[in-house]
Amino acid sequence: MTRPIGRYLPLLVIWLPLLINAAHVVGFTAWTTWLSFTPSDLLPEYDWAGLRSYRGVLRTENTEVAYINLLIYSVGFVGLTTVVGFVLAVLIDQRIRAENLFRTIYLYPLAVSFVVTGTAWSWLFNPGLGIQKFVRTLGWSDFRFDWITDRDFALYTIVFAAVWHGAGFAMALFLAGLRSIDPDLAKAAQIDGAGPVRYYLRIAAPGIAPIAISVLVILLQFAIKTFDLVRAMTGGGPGIATMLPAVVVYDFMFQRGQLGRGSAAAVLLLLSLLVVLLPYYAYAQWRARRDRAAND
Amino acid sequence: MIDVMRPGRWLLYAVLAAFAVFFLLPLAVVILNSFRTAQEIARSSVIGWPATLAWQNWVQAWSGYCIAQRCEGIQPYMVNSFLLVIPATLLSTALGAVAGYSVSLWRFRGDNVLFAIVVMGVFLPEQMKLIPWALVLRDLGLSNTITALVLIHTVQGISFTTLFCRNYFLGIPQDLMKAARVDGAGYFRTFWRIVLPLSPPILIVTVIWQFTGIWNEFLYGVTFTTGEQQPVTAALIAISTTPATDLVEYGIQSAAVLLAALPTLLVYFFGGRYFMRGLTAGAIK
Repeated sequence: MTRPIGRYLPLLVIWLPLLINAAHVVGFTAWTTWLSFTPSDLLPEYDWAGLRSYRGVLRTENTEVAYINLLIYSVGFVGLTTVVGFVLAVLIDQRIRAENLFRTIYLYPLAVSFVVTGTAWSWLFNPGLGIQKFVRTLGWSDFRFDWITDRDFALYTIVFAAVWHGAGFAMALFLAGLRSIDPDLAKAAQIDGAGPVRYYLRIAAPGIAPIAISVLVILLQFAIKTFDLVRAMTGGGPGIATMLPAVVVYDFMFQRGQLGRGSAAAVLLLLSLLVVLLPYYAYAQWRARRDRAAND
Repeated sequence: MIDVMRPGRWLLYAVLAAFAVFFLLPLAVVILNSFRTAQEIARSSVIGWPATLAWQNWVQAWSGYCIAQRCEGIQPYMVNSFLLVIPATLLSTALGAVAGYSVSLWRFRGDNVLFAIVVMGVFLPEQMKLIPWALVLRDLGLSNTITALVLIHTVQGISFTTLFCRNYFLGIPQDLMKAARVDGAGYFRTFWRIVLPLSPPILIVTVIWQFTGIWNEFLYGVTFTTGEQQPVTAALIAISTTPATDLVEYGIQSAAVLLAALPTLLVYFFGGRYFMRGLTAGAIK
């Protein structure tokens, strides 16, 4: 009797953490998905209610605003972060002095939490406290910069803070990519008389395309999950002007106490994530197969 | 690697410096404000040089300022965050190292499927896990405890740490493993004698990333703990959403923000090299 236990115990110790992790990934996803099809309100119930919660979520104005915002926010944040990151990487790639110093400065926001990032930027954007007030005290007394309290512009202040947080990350990955380009290619380009602009657009950019795609996907999934930054900067306001899907989920679950609708909103969030991740997965598989074929 | 416009190098440095100012601005503002009195900030703006050094802000922020009706400063919440981040980082890293070793070097039937599920955990939004965790924590009797957050971050963290370690261990030459097996070394002996001595670089990277991620995490902290059990990120939100009285104590709040940001900033400045390595290892693989 002791033999099988003796044999399986180490196996169990080895695999238990992985099994628990896998069980929580699959189990919790299934659990929340199930709850989204129940009439759960303040407490979880397990009767079937079909798509009722989904209809409830989709009929709410919050949801509509949140997904339109997500679209604007994603384009703004991912676009700007990628561009700024690429520009910084190219600048740093010019055999500059104090490269380490500049890199450290550009990347440190990544070590700072979104809560701290959002708090600091919300002060700077606060018209009665930050940049507007500062410029006014300098003498330009009718200067206006009140985006954060303006329904039409508040979202862009969050885009701005998010770019500040993420640009260094994009830079680091692009720089690693630029440095991995065959130096002979650069020399050949130089001999051919290609200027720096042609070099970066014609040779470097295609060379780091796979990294660029990774950067885009990682940033996009950050955008879809954005929650802390909104909580710290605007709390979703003014009104519901800066609602994002992840905030909507929290709002349903814990502010309104509607577990069924909260779960439905969470499933919708997961689905929008899959819209990004599944094509990326397919692309990664395709590339791996192509590389294997090239090696054979 | 091609030089942009030799004569225009001053322009290059001007642009680099302009970006540096942009990235440093919020940090500089918060540091300067942490030495300015609330009156001074109210009179001018958050952008300005301290007239006198208000050291008192730091004392207040650390142990006197009222956060959610509790006037003990940010210190108890910092302690909570440390009580959370240290065990969760060490546990998730240790478990991930063993798991990464198992997945990469001891193949078995179905390991690909198991590993794929574990990696999915990296991308799964926390929102999908909030209600299940709340119910599980209630059944375990862990509601509103720091232990609960340790448990959550350990279980969830295994996804990251296993992925990091596995990618690194794949680079260990198979010959080394074979030699160990010929010598009769089993699973654990091979781990101790061969894999672990090669692992410090990846273990440092993993520890740094787990520490930063868990210290900065907000959603679980604010959802599963209240009052004096909250980690520092949740306490910061409580500070800045405290109903505004006549005079908001931005000086003290700035000091509190800096204190909350300090641990991960220190880790970044002293472990920057490993921070970068983790970034590229995690993203490019």
